[in-house]
Amino acid sequence: MFTIIKRLSLSILLILFCRSVFAQYPSGADVLKKIDRNMTSRNRVITSKMIIHGRRGSRTISSKSWVQGTEKSFTEYLAPAREKGTKMLKLEDNLWMYSPSTDRTIQISGHMLRQSVMGSDLSYEDMMEDPKLLDHYSAEVTGIDTIDQRKCWVVELTATDKEMAYHFRKLWVDTVRNIPLKEELYAKSGKLLKNMDLKDVTFMDGRWYPKRMIFRDMLKKSEGTVFIVETVEFDVDIPEYIFTKAALR
Amino acid sequence: MIKFLIKGILRDRHRSLFPMLTVTMGVMLTVLAHCWITGVLGDMIDYNARFLTGHVKVTSGAYAEKIDQAPNDLALLGVDSLIQRLRTENPDMTWVKRIRFGGLMDAPDEQGETRAQGPAIGFALDLLSDDNSEIQRFNIQKALTKGTLPDSSGKILISDEFANKLTVGPGDKITLITSTMYGSMAMQNFIISGTVHFGMKILDRGAMVADIGDIATVLDMENASGEILGYFSSGLYNDGKAANLAQQFNTQYTKTDDEFSPLMLTLADQNDMADMLMFMKNIVSVIATVFILAMSIVLWNAGLLGGLRRFGEIGVRLAIGEHKGHVYRSMIAESMLIGIFGSVLGTALGLGFAWLLQTYGIDVGELMKNTTMMMPTVYRAHITDAAYYIGFIPGIISTVIGTSLSGIGIYKRKTAQLFKELEV
Repeated sequence: MFTIIKRLSLSILLILFCRSVFAQYPSGADVLKKIDRNMTSRNRVITSKMIIHGRRGSRTISSKSWVQGTEKSFTEYLAPAREKGTKMLKLEDNLWMYSPSTDRTIQISGHMLRQSVMGSDLSYEDMMEDPKLLDHYSAEVTGIDTIDQRKCWVVELTATDKEMAYHFRKLWVDTVRNIPLKEELYAKSGKLLKNMDLKDVTFMDGRWYPKRMIFRDMLKKSEGTVFIVETVEFDVDIPEYIFTKAALR
Repeated sequence: MIKFLIKGILRDRHRSLFPMLTVTMGVMLTVLAHCWITGVLGDMIDYNARFLTGHVKVTSGAYAEKIDQAPNDLALLGVDSLIQRLRTENPDMTWVKRIRFGGLMDAPDEQGETRAQGPAIGFALDLLSDDNSEIQRFNIQKALTKGTLPDSSGKILISDEFANKLTVGPGDKITLITSTMYGSMAMQNFIISGTVHFGMKILDRGAMVADIGDIATVLDMENASGEILGYFSSGLYNDGKAANLAQQFNTQYTKTDDEFSPLMLTLADQNDMADMLMFMKNIVSVIATVFILAMSIVLWNAGLLGGLRRFGEIGVRLAIGEHKGHVYRSMIAESMLIGIFGSVLGTALGLGFAWLLQTYGIDVGELMKNTTMMMPTVYRAHITDAAYYIGFIPGIISTVIGTSLSGIGIYKRKTAQLFKELEV
């Protein structure tokens, strides 16, 4: 009898302990909402530099992008000379490209959106979309870790939208600034596709935003791509003609 | 003696007809199988050599690791001086630069926007210089179905099936979208000068052939190339010679600490061709062994049946004093003659059918709609020198083995009981 009481008491204590531990974690949805508040916006205009480290050396590509959610995006390449003047327009799942050397506007099929941009570790989707995580993923906070000497929630995301390129994501989210400092992006099979390190987190326009992101495509033997945000403006008035094919020429 | 045996064979058809038909059939199948397999495998090796592997190929070590993907970002640099050295060091061989690439071909509408589009496999060859060896190697002149060969920069050929799919033809503008050697996007307009039918499903589905100078500019590959291919002047692959050459080259040029240093591969090192070559090498003995075994068993049985039918004849010959060994040897000699007659007839028939298959071939294009291998769609037999004698090996050996086994019974006959057996 005494043994049964002892076991019951221990079980109750264990349950209470676990509850108290999990109670320290915020809900996944709360964390995603806070991340979205920092990382996404109604729209953004961003001037960036991509340093693509390859097996034979590095090259730098500059571009300016106008991004509105996951639906609309327009990018113009500014440098180097070979890429200068190339423009891309993405409207939902359609992508058009314009190259001044051919003076042609070419539509690229949807599957290309998951291909590499200019040989980098970023896909067109990575570069040209700004999805709200809460709209596409369910999340669960599974632990605490430290990244760059900052306390982070470890958050595991599962896509609720089957169209998402990354079915699972694992995020290390700064508990104070509510911004991911590290991400692992997985396929539905569980294969690690990419990882990202988000650095130089800066406070701007009332939000925390990383000014340097290091992408590594785990499926190719690459040295990674550093995406540097040179300027960024959030929630600005973007003229509607920017998101039309006429703007490509 | 031989005259006597021949008379016996010709006059007593029961003795010779069935074994001879068996030998004829077996020899015919041996010759036909040999010609067919040699033809099919030979074509596959030849196509691979001409379009993909060369007799030897020089790439960078890093490129060689992913050679199936033709990764131009890992291509060889400084190829002009390397090819010059290869030509000086191996003057009896032909050395050519090639770039294989992938991309999208886009046909525009009147406004210059996408009307039709499809993925393409690209081959960049020397089309515009005075040396037309690459045009011959790709058999382009004969494969041309519409238009002409490119005669100036900016003109390309595309496969006929692909042109029909995109509804374009000679004189039309088309845009290639691909990646440069450094990963940047590259777009370039070309004029279609002609369309070709390669006779290989993978190429006919969607291939373009352009001058290597044009493609080197588009892919940012000046003085760079994915592959340098070497061909023996005889036009035939020699595995031993290729292996020696590769070993010498790799000792001199390949550096273990530099993944971009040149590396020479032989045809056998690529596309699982080593197994195919091994099979080709052994095909004569494989076919001969199979037919010797099969026909020996059939002829053994035929010999046993013949022995039973000739029980009386052999008994009389033994009874009048002919030695057992002599009877046995004469039967073997008889079987050799049957083997020779059957082999001559079988070889003639086999060569006849092989000639038909060599001339007309068998079109298996419908079965290869989705193949990704470099294989011809029409397979043909190939009559080799060996085809004239290979049938005699199983033809004669099997009759001799069959008779030797069935004739053993002669030694078991007891002379003392012969008259009783013969009921005299």
